[in-house]
Amino acid sequence: MRGVVLPVMTLCWREIVRFRRQRSRLVGAFVQPLVFWLLLGGGLRASFQPPGTPPGTSYVEYVYPGIIAMVLLFTAIFSTISVVEDRREGFLQGVLVAPVARSSIVLGQVLGGTTLAVVQGILFLVLAPAAGLSLTVASVLSVVPVMFLVSFGLTSLGLVIAWRLDSTQGFHAIMNLILLPMWVLSGAFFPITGVPAWLGWAMRLNPLTYGMAALRRSLYLGNPLAAGAVPGLASALGITLVFCLLAFIAAADAARRSAA
Amino acid sequence: MEVEGLHHHYGSREALAGISLEISRGEIFGLLGPNGGGKTTLFKILSTLMSATGGIVRVFGHDLVREPDAIRRHLGVVFQHPSLDSKLTVMENLQHHGHLYGLRGTALHTRAEALLERLDLDERAHDRVETLSGGLRRRVELAKALVHQPDLLLLDEPSSGLDPGARRDFTNHLGQLREQDGVTVVLTTHILDEAERCDRVGILHRGKLVALGTPDDLKARLGGDVVVVQAMNPHGLQVKLRERFGCEPALVDGSLRVERPRGHEFVREIVDAFPGEVQSVTFGKPTLEDVFIHLTGRRLWGEEMNGGGAA
Ligand SMILES: Nc1ncnc2c1ncn2[C@@H]1O[C@H](COP(=O)(O)OP(=O)(O)OP(=O)(O)O)[C@@H](O)[C@H]1O
Ligand SMILES: [Mg+2]
Repeated sequence: MRGVVLPVMTLCWREIVRFRRQRSRLVGAFVQPLVFWLLLGGGLRASFQPPGTPPGTSYVEYVYPGIIAMVLLFTAIFSTISVVEDRREGFLQGVLVAPVARSSIVLGQVLGGTTLAVVQGILFLVLAPAAGLSLTVASVLSVVPVMFLVSFGLTSLGLVIAWRLDSTQGFHAIMNLILLPMWVLSGAFFPITGVPAWLGWAMRLNPLTYGMAALRRSLYLGNPLAAGAVPGLASALGITLVFCLLAFIAAADAARRSAA
Repeated sequence: MEVEGLHHHYGSREALAGISLEISRGEIFGLLGPNGGGKTTLFKILSTLMSATGGIVRVFGHDLVREPDAIRRHLGVVFQHPSLDSKLTVMENLQHHGHLYGLRGTALHTRAEALLERLDLDERAHDRVETLSGGLRRRVELAKALVHQPDLLLLDEPSSGLDPGARRDFTNHLGQLREQDGVTVVLTTHILDEAERCDRVGILHRGKLVALGTPDDLKARLGGDVVVVQAMNPHGLQVKLRERFGCEPALVDGSLRVERPRGHEFVREIVDAFPGEVQSVTFGKPTLEDVFIHLTGRRLWGEEMNGGGAA
């Protein structure tokens, strides 16, 4: 047991220390979504009443859970980029020759990225009143584990890609092709209600849609109407959990196949 | 450690063309070879980082492909390229590494401190690696490879970038490790002095082991003396020497080298035969460098003459 826990912990700890020592990452993962929120919320507030939500729901409020998902997504992306850098800078070689299972290495990386994402997500929760949302203790207790699951899944997915690449440029390209569209089509940005059928299907097939739904359901715990027309908490959590597992298995597999 | 018929291809390029060798416990084994000779490729395979495209390797009785984990815990590796986290401090790097090997707490800390002291790094223990000079970083790499008390050390150009004092300390330290703990060391180097201190040396050229033996053995194999001739027109003299004495002078760095028994007589013969063309002639007992040039330099020269050019 100790043979697994100690390496996982130390890898996770390293991700966190590195993050703290790189100011630019903090800006990227926190300030950027904040700016996005102000611009999107401000710009679309007048023209857009999100369908499927109770009357009077402002766009600022609608997109707020989506911006939390974006914080999680960006942090996940930044932590997976650090794997690509580790390989380029040679650090990974030293880890790969240690007697540590590839799946433990991946678990350490995922937990590191997830911890960072959850901490940033919690910081963002402080801004809920600005979105016109009053959080209860119960909803906070529910939303934190959901953020954990969503970040776990996203970081794992990022690692599936990162372990196969050796350049950060390649990673950015793929991120723009896969991760950002996942966010846009998750219901973060616009609800599924009223979109063309093909788009509706894309959204239903998108695993992040369910993470997004779980976030909304938790934020509006006890007020299901306000959460809008999204899947229920139980099924959203179930699907997110399955997604996490699959993404993790795929990431561990990518790590096993990779020759440093 | 036993290596049998090891092959490796990168795409269509053959980096290792069938290597076989045995290294016994407690031995210090040096690998020499020109750039691109395949040393790093061999190390990547031995350190379980990469699987070979063919051949068998057994380390401490374990098959490298089937039981990598059994081997990994006994291995200490210094890579040719840096493997430290530059955002962490020296101590943090060592601790992180120790944790990967299941070490922890004060035992780990004491061990790391002792190593840092030994490598003269104790004052920098809490500096971030990114603030260290290249040579200091190299020493941290060495400390890192030793943290978990490995039984087999694989060191790819461990002393590159070290100052002479640090290099001597390090070589002595390897000697001690071997004496006290029976550690086996396999290292690559371009420094002949370091190679001379190995128990056995192998020369890796174009993916083949072209020589294997103790440094004395290899030198004795050359037979006789090495005569080095400096000339105004080395190319011209090379042809003339070959015609006149039937020898094969190698052109290395603008000077001609010939291996001959009774070198002192040959020196006189050369000066007598080509008085105007020879600038200086020296002769001496062969060094490992001569062995190296004999085995790899002549080959390069041969290709140049054939217009191969790729050397
Ligand atoms: N990742 C790679 N992809 C393709 N070819 C490679 C790769 N790594 C090495 N090679 C080739 O394999 C051959 C052996 O390289 P290797 O790095 O093992 O040499 P080396 O003996 O370590 O050289 P040096 O003294 O420069 O470190 C070279 O021809 C090199 O170009
Ligand atoms: Mg090399």
